[in-house]
Amino acid sequence: MKVDQLSVFLENRAGRLAEVTKVLSDAKINIRALSLADTSDFGILRLIVSDFEKAKNALKDKGFTVGRTSVVAVEVPDTPGGLHKLLEMLDNEDVNVEYMYAFVQQSGQHAVIIFRFDRTDQALQTLEKNGVRIIPGETLYGM
Amino acid sequence: MLFDVKKETMPREELEALQLSRLKNQLARVYANVPFYRKQFDEAGVKPDDVSSLSQLNLLPFTEKQDLRNHYPFGMFAVPRENVVRVHASSGTTGKATVVGYTQRDIDTWAELMARCLAMAGATPKDVIHNGYGYGLFTGGLGAHYGCERLGATTVPVSGGGTKRQAMLLRDFGADFICCTPSYVLHLYETALDIGINLAELPLRAGIFGAEPWTEEMRHDIERKLDIKALDIYGLSEVMGPGVGMECAEAQAGLHMQEDHFLLEIIDPVSGEQLPMGETGELVITTLTKEAIPLVRYRTRDLTSLIPEPCRCGRTFTRMKRIMGRSDDMLIIRGVNVFPSQIESLLLETHGLTPHYQLIVDRAGSMDTLTIEVEVDEELFSDEIKNLQRREGEIQRNIKDFLGVSAKVKLVEPRSIERSQGKAKRILDRRINTA
Repeated sequence: MKVDQLSVFLENRAGRLAEVTKVLSDAKINIRALSLADTSDFGILRLIVSDFEKAKNALKDKGFTVGRTSVVAVEVPDTPGGLHKLLEMLDNEDVNVEYMYAFVQQSGQHAVIIFRFDRTDQALQTLEKNGVRIIPGETLYGM
Repeated sequence: MLFDVKKETMPREELEALQLSRLKNQLARVYANVPFYRKQFDEAGVKPDDVSSLSQLNLLPFTEKQDLRNHYPFGMFAVPRENVVRVHASSGTTGKATVVGYTQRDIDTWAELMARCLAMAGATPKDVIHNGYGYGLFTGGLGAHYGCERLGATTVPVSGGGTKRQAMLLRDFGADFICCTPSYVLHLYETALDIGINLAELPLRAGIFGAEPWTEEMRHDIERKLDIKALDIYGLSEVMGPGVGMECAEAQAGLHMQEDHFLLEIIDPVSGEQLPMGETGELVITTLTKEAIPLVRYRTRDLTSLIPEPCRCGRTFTRMKRIMGRSDDMLIIRGVNVFPSQIESLLLETHGLTPHYQLIVDRAGSMDTLTIEVEVDEELFSDEIKNLQRREGEIQRNIKDFLGVSAKVKLVEPRSIERSQGKAKRILDRRINTA
């Protein structure tokens, strides 16, 4: 049920992000979702891609530091309060969100939210118990 | 201005005779009292009596900083510990610091030599001397302090830090002289301007600057901004502290080395061979009068050359040119000695591995800054900003705690630090060209 997220360490300098996208583009990797977290000196690019292993190897070959993190992708109704309900149920179980990012599906009916939890297994249980639709990696990679 | 006319203008012949008799005395003492030296001499097959002229100095083995570390804390003392009235220590992680001791007579000698230096700058008992060198285990503060008192000047023992207050005291007390590091005086100048005090308008006549490398350009900068004479002082804790040598205000052309107490040599840092007068190499000092820790042929690692020609100020002591650099990889940052190996062991301690790293020393405005670039590898990497920042913080705190130097830790991408052929180039010192 977990999704593989690729994280890339980036120094804050001009053109560095473009170098990552060039590597992925050359390797014919499609980016499903991404977020960039940054400080004044460095950033962490988090990506969900169409082919994790291929993307990881391509970036490593070019000298990037990459990591694999298990994240959870869920589908929430694209309506007011959709995210709030979800966060409330997690809070009740004391699950902490380390970070998250979201995108809206092409159909426009649902939003997909990628979560990084402090206790991933506990979070999965809670979400399943509450009938939240969890998107498996295979589905997401090919979306 | 001479503090001790008789000594400071001693004819060379007389000086050399004095040096030889003091050297013989010293060698006999270290051989008898310091097991390290007895072993060194025995291994080199030389007895103190074998040295019957100054030119035979090269029969004797060298002493290195590491020897002091190996005998931490008191193993190099030549007198019983109860005769030691004070200790100072250089920076370093526990067990790596170099500890030096002083007998009362050593302190008296030091005060005397430092008083000579102040007089070389033109200071008299009528003057107010603002002493901004740090007081404590670092030799700068107390060393200069005792010299100021020996001279009979009015001493302001302000120590380091509290820059705005220092500016205020300089104005209120009307100091004639200031002692501190050259980078600090520029910082002080700028901070003073911020609070409406222009140091150039104060009575300050000269500054005695040392404890870190600086350049001729920086001297001009200080002199222009503060409207004072900026003078270079030399010293190292192992040998004494500040006052081993000092520029005179008359010529500002090389530091007069206190040769009645220290014997000087310049060697090739690689072969260890003595070099002829005037050539550039590593300064080696033999102490002639020190009681607590006498040093025989101590390798300072400072690169310089000696000027034999007499100075127009009348002093007969040999002069030393401004220190040009180091023959090892030691960095002096705001007066604190830092070896890349110390940083490396702290990185190792923080992460259990030695990442590729580089030390960048810069002068931001007027203060030395140390940045440690650490390459992020998969071990170090995390997808969470807070984890990476925690790692930066850990390294930073460790360095501050163990070395006493504030450093900025910057995580960089793998292979972004330039690889050199062979030995890794760990240091990028940008101060040399940025004065």
